[in-house]
Amino acid sequence: MGAISLRKVVKRYGSGATANQVIHGVDAEVNEGEFVVIVGPSGCGKSTLLRMVAGLEEISGGEISIAGRVVNQLEPAERDIAMVFQNYALYPHMTVFENMAYGLKIAKVPMAEIRQRVDKAAAILELGPFLARRPRELSGGQRQRVAMGRAIVRQPAVFLFDEPLSNLDAKLRAQTRLEIQKLHRELGITSLFVTHDQVEAMTLAERMIVMNAGRMEQIGTPDEVYHRPATTFVAAFIGSPPMNLLRGQGQGTGFQSGGQLLSLTAPVPRAGELVLGIRPEHVELGNDTAAGGWPVRVQALEMLGAERLVYGTLGETLFTARLDATAPHPAIGDVVNIAARPEHMHWFDAATSMRVGA
Amino acid sequence: MVERSPVLDVVSHVVLGLGVLVIAFPVYVTFIASTQTSQEIVQAPMSLAPGNNMLETYRIALFGGETSFGARVSPVSRMMWVSLVSALTISLGKIAISLLSAFAFVYFRFPGRSLCFWLVFVTLMLPVEVRIFPTYKVVSDLGMLNSYAGLTIPLIASATATFLFRQFFLTVPDELVEAARIDGAGPLRFFKDVLLPLSATSIAALFVIQFIYGWNQYLWPLLMTTDESMYPVVMGIKRMFGGGDAANEWNVIMATAILAMIPPAVVVLLMQRWFVKGLVDADK
Repeated sequence: MGAISLRKVVKRYGSGATANQVIHGVDAEVNEGEFVVIVGPSGCGKSTLLRMVAGLEEISGGEISIAGRVVNQLEPAERDIAMVFQNYALYPHMTVFENMAYGLKIAKVPMAEIRQRVDKAAAILELGPFLARRPRELSGGQRQRVAMGRAIVRQPAVFLFDEPLSNLDAKLRAQTRLEIQKLHRELGITSLFVTHDQVEAMTLAERMIVMNAGRMEQIGTPDEVYHRPATTFVAAFIGSPPMNLLRGQGQGTGFQSGGQLLSLTAPVPRAGELVLGIRPEHVELGNDTAAGGWPVRVQALEMLGAERLVYGTLGETLFTARLDATAPHPAIGDVVNIAARPEHMHWFDAATSMRVGA
Repeated sequence: MVERSPVLDVVSHVVLGLGVLVIAFPVYVTFIASTQTSQEIVQAPMSLAPGNNMLETYRIALFGGETSFGARVSPVSRMMWVSLVSALTISLGKIAISLLSAFAFVYFRFPGRSLCFWLVFVTLMLPVEVRIFPTYKVVSDLGMLNSYAGLTIPLIASATATFLFRQFFLTVPDELVEAARIDGAGPLRFFKDVLLPLSATSIAALFVIQFIYGWNQYLWPLLMTTDESMYPVVMGIKRMFGGGDAANEWNVIMATAILAMIPPAVVVLLMQRWFVKGLVDADK
């Protein structure tokens, strides 16, 4: 039994023939104490899904249970959850202390216990000196911590985070990411975290759910998702720069793509229309034009400090390679041969976009 | 920015001075007149220096009695009380009702919500004067003539204030509502703990406007009060002008006018601090 389970969860706006379905039957289990990140492009339904778990959106179909209890009909306050919002949603007229204590006060927790719980949360989040301040007297990062403090004091079964880092600047975001990780280690509370940022997803998640257009594309550890993407969408969405995807016709050890026959060192997993995916860092550049080399014309170079990105075209397809900054690199206009090891090649069915083979 | 120049300085000071004169001089004359005896006032030209009948005039104005002419003056203190009670009831009632109706319009989905809102909105176009006779008929049939209820209830419903609060509530971020729901606050709890404190400055502003509106009511009390003990002060001033040949007790009338000016002025002065405070900690 998971801490959160989603069974065939559906969200529709409107009804009848004009209904607009935005979540198409999501099934997922989140285990006790697990940190799960839902990631996807904007409009994929990830926030809607989270808000359905929180009870802020009605569930049009399926079932959501939290800690073994079906919560479809429960009010947010009865679901044993706490939520951190993107824009913090602190009560502007209350002090930090009052903000954190408000939910407990409504739940009629005795004042002495409220004080003790708020003090403890404030100590964890280093908010002690700010308890008497109002939110507007705090910086963005501090407000974010107050929002987390408000969640912590409730001692919920589940934390829900709705893009909590998007309003922070890059440096603070990295720092807060570490703090959230640390907090999760210390408190061990089941967490569901929504983000559109794949770096956040990769770094925070114990398991991640990749969503696209209201469907769950893959659920797995960041390693699994990165190294064995289940669909072309996941392959292209996770990883930066994105995975190179070549569409073509596979047959034996040959792959016909963009008018070129590329030869492989291992046979394709099956014949037919396939998509071949290779991550930029797995692309090997050589200058021998031996058989099996795939000619790429270099169009642009980007020096990023530790690494260098080489953009080129293979036939008509844009192709990216990532090189160590110190490695020798071609010049713009050169034609280089590229190769990749068979274990670094990802194969997908061109029609269904699903992964084929191992 | 405009350059500082002596000519501009002089011109702007002259304009400002004229403005002050236009506004303040009548008030000054009123005050001076209230300190003189009625004989001194009718002399031409009237003296612009304070007289020494001030205490006597104000005593008569406030508590009523016989003037030096032998005319009966009814006590203004009673009228001030009536005015104060009505103005407070009207302003507080308006604020309470508009807050609640705006809350309903913004945060609840009920059948006919937009129809209700537009009905309220349409009444913005109808001032009291337009519906004064039907209102009179209703109030009179309900037996509310010559009562505080009759003086205040018809004036309490306010489309303007409802609209103002609605606009304010619409600017309150949805996440705040959601955070309150997760914290377990029901609708009324949210209203009391979150919306009300956030609306404090709007409430203060409205209170000032509506207090003055209530205090300055003239036409409506004129129609529906026949009993002297229910006259508000603004209307009482008018009643002091004797008809026909009877001499007017100008000093008492002027004293009453000054007295009638004090409460709105006090409200504005006190609330002004609130405005400044509201502007300084403008949050949200």
